[in-house]
Amino acid sequence: MSDIVEVDARRLLCPMPVIRLQDCINRQPAGASVRITCTDPGTMNDIPAWCRINGHSVISSDQRQQEFIFVVRKNGDGER
Amino acid sequence: MTIKAVALISGGLDSLLAARLIQQQGVVVEGINFFTGFCVEGHTHAIRNRDRKREKRNNALWVAEQLGIKLHIIDIIEEYKDIVINPKHGYGANLNPCLDCKIFMVHKAHEWLEQHDFDFIITGEVIGQRPKSQRKRLMPVVASESGAEDLLLRPLCARNLPPTRPELEGWIEREQLLDFSGRSRKPQMALAARFGFEGYAQPAGGCCFLTDQSYSVKLQDMWDNRGHREYELDDIMLLKVGRHIRPSKAFKLIIAREEGETRFLSGYKRQFQTIKTVSHAGPLALVEGEQLDPRQLQLACAITARFSQGRDAESVELRFSDREKDSRNLQVKPLRAEQINPEWVIA
Repeated sequence: MSDIVEVDARRLLCPMPVIRLQDCINRQPAGASVRITCTDPGTMNDIPAWCRINGHSVISSDQRQQEFIFVVRKNGDGER
Repeated sequence: MTIKAVALISGGLDSLLAARLIQQQGVVVEGINFFTGFCVEGHTHAIRNRDRKREKRNNALWVAEQLGIKLHIIDIIEEYKDIVINPKHGYGANLNPCLDCKIFMVHKAHEWLEQHDFDFIITGEVIGQRPKSQRKRLMPVVASESGAEDLLLRPLCARNLPPTRPELEGWIEREQLLDFSGRSRKPQMALAARFGFEGYAQPAGGCCFLTDQSYSVKLQDMWDNRGHREYELDDIMLLKVGRHIRPSKAFKLIIAREEGETRFLSGYKRQFQTIKTVSHAGPLALVEGEQLDPRQLQLACAITARFSQGRDAESVELRFSDREKDSRNLQVKPLRAEQINPEWVIA
């Protein structure tokens, strides 16, 4: 498994964390994993929604104190 | 041949319906949503406790999910500054440059279309729906100044407008497009019911803070006091939060109105001088401006104490911090309500 790419989206309010994730995912090959750390509770809905819409997978989501951490796997076209 | 359209998705009902109308004609649709920094969407619910209890939903993502389409959210914060600062067509009732905004967004969508090999652009515009940007005589202005020309289709009111290229080329049937006009929302609601859409966002004062009078007053005050109109994302975010009180040209206080705002403003402690009540429960205040002299500091503390639980106390202790480097405690007598000059209160 390839290394996880880290995205720090703390202090950013939605939709900026989603944009940061989207821009990172767009630069990765299919199969890559991205871990994004957020502080806006809105990401609890927005990041899974963005992944569903665009065909990527939320591998894990975790809340630690005020931080929301998601690991997202980039799927290729047709992998929904 | 697969025909592909890119739809401007605001998160409102009109763009949802416009995209579905075109999907029904067998066209592949993807959505595009622009983030200007002034979007109402998403921000305030993340800040205020009152709003944290509401369902946290990004309406553009919700619309895309209803339609089963991809959504591309694009950060245009930097480019958008020129639209806000120098709108060619001027402002609306407040600091809303709606016509320039629409032209810019269609222009960006046209750029996206060319980069991604799509065929035409859809918007949810309806003639007469909005007083500034959706008048019939302005519809061709948006098409021409954006560069989209006849690749811009407004499915909800297309039959009130000259045929566009998607219609003339036979990519879609004009007869299946609509002829909505005016400010009534009833036709849209009836169409939503026909399509089976429920739970869509209700229009509530628009999707942009620049249409809000109170917000515009604060933005204008910021520009006037700085002597220029440049801004950063943090500047325009902070205008959405707290009470804004300017007791003098030298400084402005941004005082949290509740716990959620205090938490949000706490994220700025390294960038600002801050004041927080110590002896009583109370708000955090950011001081925007120059280094306070002792007299200004006393006043800033007395104002902040006014909005604490100690407002009626003889003395309130507060902690002043200078960008988390130096800090010291002060005792002040809170200002009485009538001592807050109404002219200090920005909005």
